[in-house]
Amino acid sequence: MNEVTKIDGIGSSVRRTEDKKFLTGKGRYTDDINRPGQVQAYFLRSDVAHAEIKSIDTKAAQSAPGVVGVFTGADIAVDKVGGPICGWVVPCRDGSSTKEPPHPLLAQGKVRFVGDAVAVVVAETMEQAKSAAELIDVDYNELTPVVDFVNADKGAQIHEEVPNNCYFDWELGDEGATNKAIERAAKVVKLSVRNNRLVPNAMEPRSALAEYDSLDESYTLHTTSQNPHLTRLVLAAFMFAIPESKLRVIAPDVGGGFGSKIYVYIEEAVCVWASKKIGRPVKWTADRTQAFLTDCHGRDHVNDVQLALDENNKIIGLRVDTVCNLGAYLSAFSVVVPTILHGTLLSGQYDIPAIYTNVKGMATNTVNVDAYRGAGRPEATYLLERTMETAAKEVGMDPAEFRRINFIPKDAFPYQTQVALQYDIGDYEPHLDKAMEMIDYSNFEKRRAEAAKRGMYRGIGMSSYIEACGLAPSAVVGALGGRVGQWESASVRVNPTGTISVFTGSHSHGQGHATTFAQIVADKLGIPMENVEVIHGDTDKTPFGMGSYGSRSLASGGSAISKAVDKIINKSKKIAAHLLEASEDDIDFKDGKFVVGGTDKEKAFGEIALAAYVPHNYPLETLEPGLEENAFYDPTNFVFPSGTHIAEVEIDPATGVVEVVDWAACDDFGNLVNPMIVEGQVHGGIAQGIGQALLEDAHYDENGQLLTASYMDYCMPRADDLPSFKVGYTNTPCTHNDLGVKGCGEAGAIASPPALINAVIDALSPLGVTDMSMPATPQKVWKAIQESQSVAAE
Amino acid sequence: MEIKDSYELPLPKERVWAALNDEQFLKKSIPWCEKLERRSETELAAEVKLKIGPMSTRFTGNITLSDIDPPNGYTITGSGKGGIAGAASGSARVKLIEDKDTLSTTLSYEVSAQVKGKIAQLGSRLIQSTAKKLSKNFFGSFVKQLEDMDKS
Repeated sequence: MNEVTKIDGIGSSVRRTEDKKFLTGKGRYTDDINRPGQVQAYFLRSDVAHAEIKSIDTKAAQSAPGVVGVFTGADIAVDKVGGPICGWVVPCRDGSSTKEPPHPLLAQGKVRFVGDAVAVVVAETMEQAKSAAELIDVDYNELTPVVDFVNADKGAQIHEEVPNNCYFDWELGDEGATNKAIERAAKVVKLSVRNNRLVPNAMEPRSALAEYDSLDESYTLHTTSQNPHLTRLVLAAFMFAIPESKLRVIAPDVGGGFGSKIYVYIEEAVCVWASKKIGRPVKWTADRTQAFLTDCHGRDHVNDVQLALDENNKIIGLRVDTVCNLGAYLSAFSVVVPTILHGTLLSGQYDIPAIYTNVKGMATNTVNVDAYRGAGRPEATYLLERTMETAAKEVGMDPAEFRRINFIPKDAFPYQTQVALQYDIGDYEPHLDKAMEMIDYSNFEKRRAEAAKRGMYRGIGMSSYIEACGLAPSAVVGALGGRVGQWESASVRVNPTGTISVFTGSHSHGQGHATTFAQIVADKLGIPMENVEVIHGDTDKTPFGMGSYGSRSLASGGSAISKAVDKIINKSKKIAAHLLEASEDDIDFKDGKFVVGGTDKEKAFGEIALAAYVPHNYPLETLEPGLEENAFYDPTNFVFPSGTHIAEVEIDPATGVVEVVDWAACDDFGNLVNPMIVEGQVHGGIAQGIGQALLEDAHYDENGQLLTASYMDYCMPRADDLPSFKVGYTNTPCTHNDLGVKGCGEAGAIASPPALINAVIDALSPLGVTDMSMPATPQKVWKAIQESQSVAAE
Repeated sequence: MEIKDSYELPLPKERVWAALNDEQFLKKSIPWCEKLERRSETELAAEVKLKIGPMSTRFTGNITLSDIDPPNGYTITGSGKGGIAGAASGSARVKLIEDKDTLSTTLSYEVSAQVKGKIAQLGSRLIQSTAKKLSKNFFGSFVKQLEDMDKS
């Protein structure tokens, strides 16, 4: 028997096993896959934001070279194919429900944003399809576009079904108690903030390849999805009305999602439909401009905040009135993001006795807005942490101390917030203290003075965030308007030689599941990690699962794997008891060996596996042969990561450029499975947050033209925009999953924007600057400096 | 998008007005104009090739003249389709004011324009500067041609 020398188990920073193929350019993405006879689809998109379609003439395109089909909304209507659905709705204040207008696969009668698909051309080559699309003549009757979402209720009605362009008007919390708290407060801090609109910009643009097999009347779709099973369910049940078994969905390597690849988009559905219509495999891949125009955008809120304090600077109430932009059609999670995922986060890390929030979700002639890394929680954290910092300054307290006196005390957990969530566990002062220590907070004023000598404005800002991820349990999600379950699945197959194949319902599009999930299995079974293979992303192979979004994969998917492995261990003990002629109760499992307690009688895991598949000496009368177990895990609660991030900046008054000079991130993610991967997630999240705070801004002009539709005009963060991050952890293990884990994927993007903007305002505070909107571009910062100086000169 | 500018031309107003209504003359003044044909008193068809930022596009469109007030000015309204690059539409109010003493004419114009599609997405911030450059080129060659005619 081979001695196991090294187990790369839980807590070990194992190098990512998937990286070899990615780093050597050998990833296999949807667009890398080609099928015999394949044709290319190109979508003709509306170049006006809001118009009635008077006519579409496709005649010239039909007979253009290489064209095999040209289709419009009328063809889709004839075949009665449904459109994308909304996966979560909320009730309105007036008792009605969310207004759900139809979203046809190709425009029918009307276009509602620049980029709305009007027709699809399928041709032998992409060039031929594009050239033919130019020959399609669409006659529009242009209508007034609605772009300003705050005043969308006064604009032209975009959907018949959506009066005043308001999809929903939702509320949460106790309005009476909150207003009373504001009335009796010693001080009310008021702030209006805007959460700028972002374009997700996954490195791999969306792509789909659909193929129809006429012999068994089934489809295969390769697509860029974060959740292939949900894609299959929506396509099969809601769009095409075919049995799921007739559609296989494969999401192979996927190059980043950040939320934008959760939803079923019209393009992949049209490819599926056209593949049967034409009888050849149909491929579509977005170019970067199409990605800008048609991927669901993120954020786009305005929030009016009122924070009520008593005479001891304790928070006694919080009211937030929000208007958010949801774009032209309701996307899968567009309703839940600004409501359930936003409103329930408003208590943050603080003990707030009264909270009320109202959210209005507006329709505009812009592309749909949906989840983007953090999804609702960055918006909540931004308004809350900006308000906390503003309040601290207004009452003359150190921002850290102001937070400290308002933290939920350590002994108050489980803590029931006034906005539905119950935090199972947390301890907020340790990560505040540690982050302050990491960045040497106590000596900051010295650094400010030193910078001032160089003519630079230096500032420091913090953000103590809460994150609620791994949405659960399903029953609660259902009660809140969710139309999906929130469990996750795993199937663990022990092969005869003791190697393991893990089939997960989660999906990896950069998260490193092949490594992390293998570590969990290796740790629990005491076997080398290289003996564990993780399979995901193919509905023909993996059990039905919910995929990956909302930092759920480890807490939900990892826990499901853990439960399945527990079942393997339980069955193995029975086999071991038989082989060792002992009672099952006397068998201990440790370090990959089944031992009869108090003896040296043992069987290695591999021997048990072999016995299960070659059951010559096996208790067949009481136990099935084989060693394979499934688990479906429905967590009993969300998980609640938390932390404190502190940013330090220097601003050059000559240029207005904000340089991020230091960053301390101290997070409580519970137990860490792979600290290196976690740190990577933290880095990536902060980088995206810095992008939002300083650089990124999706801008539509008053006609609904997206002016920031390329990297010339939409500024992404680059390596030289980022400092070297100081990353640290505290740990209060999650109380309700076996692994004690929380989620880490979104935390950086949630925590960082308010910390950074607080730092920018702090840097400019000697000039009297008290507010700064995102993104704090050099021009905006420079103008704020000039204006403050002209005020000072008066 | 709004663009306003004016040019002082060392020529009498009648002369400028006549040139502004002579499509052959105009075409010669617009090097990027590939076709300019009069369809009626007030209608012209045009084909121009333009480079805006990263895009080189051929626009075909119609031009209508209105508010014609000889020899003081008119309004030009046009819309053009640039295929996959998108479309542009707009109007320009052109005014001529003569300085009786110097016999020179100030030509001023106010353009309001809209762009759609790829031009808006990729080239919007370049349009203002491109339009300025094009109009400078146009008036430069417009004046030079008139001067050359005087010489010959």
